[in-house]
Amino acid sequence: MGFVLYIGRRLLAAVPVLFGTTLIVFFMIHLVPGDPAVTLLGTHATPQAVAALHAQMGLDQPVWRQYLDFLGRLLHGDLGHSFFYQSSVTSLILGRISATLWLILAGAIFAVLVSVPLAVWAASRRGGLADHVIRTVPLLGLGMPAFWLGIMLILLFALKLGLFPVSGYGTTFAQHVQGIILPGLTVALALTPILVRSLRTSMINVLGSDYITTARAKGIGAGRTIAGHALRNAAVSSVTVLGVNIAYLVGSTLVVERVFSLPGVGTQMIDAIFNRDFPVVQGVTMFFAVMVVAVNLLTDVAHAGLDPRVRLS
Amino acid sequence: MKALTLPGRSVPAAGTTPRPRRRSRRFNGPLLAGLILFGLLVLAAICAPLITKADPTAQDLTQALLPPGSRGHLLGTDRFGRDTLARLLYGARIDLRVGVLAVVSPFLIGTVLGLVSGWFGGWFDTLVMRIVDMVVAFPFFVLVIALVFALGPGTGSIYLAITLVGWVAYARIVRGEVLVAKNQEYALAARASGLPTWRILLRHLLPNVVLQAIVFSMSDIVLSILAIVTLGYLGLGVPPPTPDWGSMIQDGQQFMLTHWYLAALPGFAVVITGLALALIGDGLVERMNLR
Amino acid sequence: MSPLLEVEDLHVEIPLPHGTLHAVRGVSLTADAGEAVGLVGESGSGKSLTLRALLGLLPQPARISSGRIVLDGVDVTALPARERRRRLTGAMGMVFQDSLTALNPVMRVGAQIAEAPRRKLGMSAAQAKARAVELMERVGIPDPERRYRAYPHELSGGMRQRICIAIALSGRPRLILADEPTTALDVTIQAQVLGVVESLRRAEGVGLILVSHDLAVVSETCRRIYVMYAGRVVESGPILDVLSAPRHPYSFALLRSVPDPDAPVHRLLTIPGQPPDLMETAAGCSFAPRCLFAADACREQDPPLVALPGDRATACLRHEEADRWSDLVAGLATVEEV
Repeated sequence: MGFVLYIGRRLLAAVPVLFGTTLIVFFMIHLVPGDPAVTLLGTHATPQAVAALHAQMGLDQPVWRQYLDFLGRLLHGDLGHSFFYQSSVTSLILGRISATLWLILAGAIFAVLVSVPLAVWAASRRGGLADHVIRTVPLLGLGMPAFWLGIMLILLFALKLGLFPVSGYGTTFAQHVQGIILPGLTVALALTPILVRSLRTSMINVLGSDYITTARAKGIGAGRTIAGHALRNAAVSSVTVLGVNIAYLVGSTLVVERVFSLPGVGTQMIDAIFNRDFPVVQGVTMFFAVMVVAVNLLTDVAHAGLDPRVRLS
Repeated sequence: MKALTLPGRSVPAAGTTPRPRRRSRRFNGPLLAGLILFGLLVLAAICAPLITKADPTAQDLTQALLPPGSRGHLLGTDRFGRDTLARLLYGARIDLRVGVLAVVSPFLIGTVLGLVSGWFGGWFDTLVMRIVDMVVAFPFFVLVIALVFALGPGTGSIYLAITLVGWVAYARIVRGEVLVAKNQEYALAARASGLPTWRILLRHLLPNVVLQAIVFSMSDIVLSILAIVTLGYLGLGVPPPTPDWGSMIQDGQQFMLTHWYLAALPGFAVVITGLALALIGDGLVERMNLR
Repeated sequence: MSPLLEVEDLHVEIPLPHGTLHAVRGVSLTADAGEAVGLVGESGSGKSLTLRALLGLLPQPARISSGRIVLDGVDVTALPARERRRRLTGAMGMVFQDSLTALNPVMRVGAQIAEAPRRKLGMSAAQAKARAVELMERVGIPDPERRYRAYPHELSGGMRQRICIAIALSGRPRLILADEPTTALDVTIQAQVLGVVESLRRAEGVGLILVSHDLAVVSETCRRIYVMYAGRVVESGPILDVLSAPRHPYSFALLRSVPDPDAPVHRLLTIPGQPPDLMETAAGCSFAPRCLFAADACREQDPPLVALPGDRATACLRHEEADRWSDLVAGLATVEEV
């Protein structure tokens, strides 16, 4: 069937992209000015330490050899060893992965829950007061730093109203849920201005479509017209718009985790930067690319499931 | 007056929705408002020494954490007794300058690559687009932060990191426009007239395809300011004690319960900058009648 | 007995930021059961809006500002909105110009045809499906069982327009409103689609109001014609009479602007100028500025639609001179060599 074939093709198309991301992540080390080992260890490092690091990172090998080794290890799920912790990068990331995944999921869900109703409302009252407000207010949000928004939400909902914990993730599932709401909302609201604006336009297109007129001409009633014809097409555009912006959403989790002290992969990356723990920074960067590719794949699959035209191309 | 031929089979039936009369004005509301707002911000940054006598880096622990409206400190002071207004204004100098300048080289590189790959196609196009695919697989902030880490601290690294990541958006936009423009009659006519390729690209194609890139650059400046502020917040940006909105927010975060405005004010500055640029972008779209 | 549909003095207005556009200005027309009626005019003459107003499908923000729509002798404009919509959509089905946009892209075509029988006529799912397949067969779609599961983009333009006709028929209407149904199609497909419409009309006694800018299409299909200009009906009557002896200068010019393959002429008439701005209300006949035969009286006085013998009507003050128009234009400078 067309659908399965389409998913197969998309999966196949993701392979070279992932391959390409490994190139970028690999060459990061060669952007380090001077001798990476000296830069990473600091100028007071002993020559023995520098030599040991050279050997460990394979810097004494030719570049193509280094990359092939890097790729070979990657294929076995080996992202190298942390300089700072006595642990592999892969296990460090796996230990932190759940908070990040929850945050991405919560962010995406909240983004849809907030943006779609607003966009539908604005589109159906086109030209009215609600439409004007919904169109102008996001302009204020386009330049809003996600971390600042998070701080403001903490100030309001955690410190003043006491509804949520100021930070942290807790240990039980209930605490996880409580701890993820404000960060998730932050991630979602940071994306909302962009989402609402593009969604409103697609909603107006859907509601003004000829096929909606055709459906109305059938005399099947307004509710049935909205549910049977408008919503599914609106969902198609929502998924498209979300898909385009998903990389932004995933990226904003990095700094939002930091604001709320969530024990996620993003916090790990910041910590690793301060520890000058190069392999961990490299590994987390790779992880985020894989996340984006995976989420893109998911939105493509959802898109194809909703819109039969996509399966053709 | 134009003679109207009626209505053979060749005359397409246009829709019946009336088109509002087009107003051709140099400036429209959003564009004007955005330009004025952004102009005021730039002016405030440039005239910082005229607006406040205070030194943004001068510490005075006896004057620490003063509330807004204090004598000599209109917006109060931070935990080291540094004047908040002065830090906001001098911070604007850094953040606006880096934000705008950081967009210049991605704009140029991306536009040229998009133009060339869209026009010639072939292996070069494939190569450029594959690289674009690789770069956009990373979240913008993540890659910029990782690159700044690799390149080491300082504004030079920030420029380079944003350039390495930012050009792809321009390349994509311009390439898409070129693919459309390339088959339009003016481009075909230019080709048919045997003009040298560089001339067709620069004189005929570029003016038509660059508009979208210019509009995008407005939101791209916002993005690059956000990147700088985020780096500052994470402690990876412009090194202290140079004032920067991001590091100010980070400093203020620990006094949130008692001195909320310390974190709030620099954020407002970023929001207003974003608003100004968004208005300019919207106004440009309206004025150029782009899609 | 009252006709199936009667429209009296219909006005449609479109409020815009800088004024109100008076797009339909007092249109009256009738359509009997099983009758094919043509509505002709150039773009912007208000013909499509008139058609949409009949089904309550005006695009935002257009609205009916006055007039009556009488269905089976009942004035539906006086009814509550819900009841009005129920009656109108129950009696009429509509076919649009662009079948690609008129069909829901994410829904199988069969389901779109079966929707009205299922939701409006209260059939079971199986009955509705059977009805849809039957309709598809009747509009000339080969292998309807298989095509039932197709999506719109998988069908050709002619097939899609047949689907649209099937949808229009699916609610068992007595009148089909067709808005430029063949404009987007190739000439050969046009003829096929018109043939389908015509045979359905004959076989089932379904009436038709056909809106088109194309006189040829209307003359092939319809028995009566309404010519619209600037939101008004300027001439109406049996199609053969109007085409052979127009009684309004606009219909006259319209006919002259189409090449007639049977009577080779070397000259085509073009109508100088542009249609009037419907934002303004100028005194006099709205066609006067472009009319070859306009006199001073035409610019002062708004000509009413007057009835003529033979079930005809015209809104021209000088219709009595119509027989001489052909001779008059023969020597006019606005006639262009083709």
